[in-house]
Amino acid sequence: MPMRFSIYRYDPDRDARPHMQEYELAEVRPGMMLLEALIELKRQDESLGFRRSCQEGVCGSDAMNINGRNGLACITPLKDLKEPVTLRPLPGMPVIRDLIVDMEPFYRQYRAVKPWLTGETPEVEREQLQSPEERERLDGLYECILCACCSTSCPSFWWNPERFLGPAALLQAWRFLADSRDQATDQRLSLLEGNYRLFRCHTIMNCVEVCPKGLNPTRAIGRIKALMVKKSV
Amino acid sequence: MNVERRKFDALIIGAGGGGLRAALQLARADAQVAVVSKVFPTRSHTVAAQGGVNAALANVLPDNWHWHMFDTVKGSDYLGDQDAIEYMCRAAPKAVYELEHAGVPFSRLENGRIYQRAFGGQSQDFGGEQAARTCAAADRTGHAILHTLYQQNIRARTHFFDEYFAIDLIRDREGYVLGALVMSIESGECLLIEAKATLIATGGAGQLFRTCTNALINTGDGIAMAMRAGVPAQDMEFFQFHPTGIAGKGMLITEGARGEGGYLINREGERFMERYAPHARDLASRDVVARAIATEVREGRGCGPEGDHVLLKVDHLGEEVVAKRLPGIRELALTFLHIDPAKEPIPVYPTAHYTMGGIPTNRFGQVVAPVRHGPEEPVPGLYAAGECACVSVHGANRLGGNSLLDIIVFGRAAARHIVGFLQENRYHRPLERESVERALEHRARWDRKGKGEPVAEIRRELRKVMEEHCGVFRDQQVLSEGLDKVKALAERLQEAVISDHSRIFNTARVEAMETENLMDLALATVTSALARTESRGAHSRIDFPERDDENWMKHTLCFADGRLDYKPVRTRPLTVDPFPPKPRVY
Repeated sequence: MPMRFSIYRYDPDRDARPHMQEYELAEVRPGMMLLEALIELKRQDESLGFRRSCQEGVCGSDAMNINGRNGLACITPLKDLKEPVTLRPLPGMPVIRDLIVDMEPFYRQYRAVKPWLTGETPEVEREQLQSPEERERLDGLYECILCACCSTSCPSFWWNPERFLGPAALLQAWRFLADSRDQATDQRLSLLEGNYRLFRCHTIMNCVEVCPKGLNPTRAIGRIKALMVKKSV
Repeated sequence: MNVERRKFDALIIGAGGGGLRAALQLARADAQVAVVSKVFPTRSHTVAAQGGVNAALANVLPDNWHWHMFDTVKGSDYLGDQDAIEYMCRAAPKAVYELEHAGVPFSRLENGRIYQRAFGGQSQDFGGEQAARTCAAADRTGHAILHTLYQQNIRARTHFFDEYFAIDLIRDREGYVLGALVMSIESGECLLIEAKATLIATGGAGQLFRTCTNALINTGDGIAMAMRAGVPAQDMEFFQFHPTGIAGKGMLITEGARGEGGYLINREGERFMERYAPHARDLASRDVVARAIATEVREGRGCGPEGDHVLLKVDHLGEEVVAKRLPGIRELALTFLHIDPAKEPIPVYPTAHYTMGGIPTNRFGQVVAPVRHGPEEPVPGLYAAGECACVSVHGANRLGGNSLLDIIVFGRAAARHIVGFLQENRYHRPLERESVERALEHRARWDRKGKGEPVAEIRRELRKVMEEHCGVFRDQQVLSEGLDKVKALAERLQEAVISDHSRIFNTARVEAMETENLMDLALATVTSALARTESRGAHSRIDFPERDDENWMKHTLCFADGRLDYKPVRTRPLTVDPFPPKPRVY
């Protein structure tokens, strides 16, 4: 059975404006993922641009908007998709070419939360101790692959991409706040103060809905807010 | 020479664990360092490493670095260089503690120390009971390490050139490497990065094979670049086939699954590893387990309607162990097979996984090549670390958990040596026009228009040829046919064209240049494999089934023109007695 695709195309070197292009994949193999289909379509038309690498959902390269919903092409089974499969670049981001967006606004917000462990200087010849329970608090946080599916599905991030940090960056903010080894709680919280950086989250929950790793940024944001309240009393 | 130029103290090509560990060390030493990567750093293939990193911390069972060294030498089938292996195993605990201090979320034991699991080829007391040496962050250790190293590099203000593709090294007539010509993938513009020292950390070349665990970006670019600059590729015939890739698809199922107590069965439900490795069974070295699986299937004891795989059982470990220790492989099995490993066994088959060979280096990360005075003369200004390098700590077969260790130990070692080199070489050497122009010509090759075959077809065929002619079992006939086929493909690639000539994010052009790199490495791999008339580690010749220490305890060096040379294995460790070759049983 052939399968039909409608794919957003735009090459600023050639095109005056973006357009949708129709493709047909002649043979869909059982268990085929969307990325495999894209690679086949690129054999027909090598000008089709998209990012990809690991093909198993851990590198976060191939996030795109698939039939209106953000996801990773490599772990999206074709059989679940309605035809024509409509592929667009991640919403709200500047398009470089075809399905490739400029991720810099997203990375900038990630860097803004200072996503690195900040602690006292540990003893050099041994590890810092952490109980299994303390370590468990990082589960559901450290696994983020920076694919940007969440932030680019968040209306608050669309309206305020410069000022609202977005779910991915805030998940990382909480990942370090939650780490028993981190000593920078006060600085981290003060970075998040104000009306926008954290508080533009209106718990719309699109981020939770689309996260290909099953993570929950909304819950992390809630925990940060709770910690702020606790610290302020 | 109409090309933009930038100057740094050090240039690192590749932003996986090796490149980022080196960059961090250099940034902390106040060197100006540029990291060039064809993908955003956290998309590098280190992210996919699952099981863990070896270090004799003795957190779970008694251990010491000397036992680790013995296991690594034995695992290498005595082709590993024992000075480098001693260095790595001694440095391992400190290197892991550094990662922990940097923020890696290792799994923990009840007493708060780093969790360690059993892995293949590990023993206590020089071949005794199973050891537990692999430090793990669940089964996402590579992800945890790569993200942490990237985070610390942001903090250290390392200068990143993300999505820049390295085209060629720049080398002057005296042999100094002066940096590299790179291309912004986004704009298509070239950039000349001048550096007093250049470190190649571009990873392996698993894309040589049709079915592999490797990411699409693993095309061996750095090794091919070094070969074009006159450096031979070492030991390319040794390619690791991981025993447990998802059958027919290739995704990796970590050895940690067996380390946690999983085991393999054939169609009769037999734990067949007991016949091949009575002592270590499912935790024998990877080459041993991969051959055992391939043999079971060849002899008609494979599972499934086609009898083309075996089964990996972890369902007896219980829901909790699978959820806590193997969450990533559960996710993979559910996504790609609709199988929950906590309930059903996973179909597996050996899958191309790791490039043991690569750019020859010494234990300081300096690239070494035969020039005038012996086989190991440093190439001034050029370093390599990680999977693209061949130190050689893995010899003919790498132990699981030693690749993450390799990248952090030798990434750091190379950076430390570079710091010294920078003190002695305070100024950039003058560029020679010719070398830059050669690189620019190479870049321009894919601007050619007109009729010709598409590159993607040649790449597909190459991967199929390599799988059929250079797989787990090899012989003279299969290999020489393979060599003819690769040569024919190389000729076709000369005439191939791309149809996309846009400047902006031209992935067709990047893939064409990657295919050139793969082609060079395929030629080196098959040429080296055909010449080595013995079986050692991952290189199994049906026509020469025995290891031949008298004639073949030596490293292969293959030059870009196909010429072969050899150099002795470094059998003398730094301080301890050598481990002489012995029959290898598990």
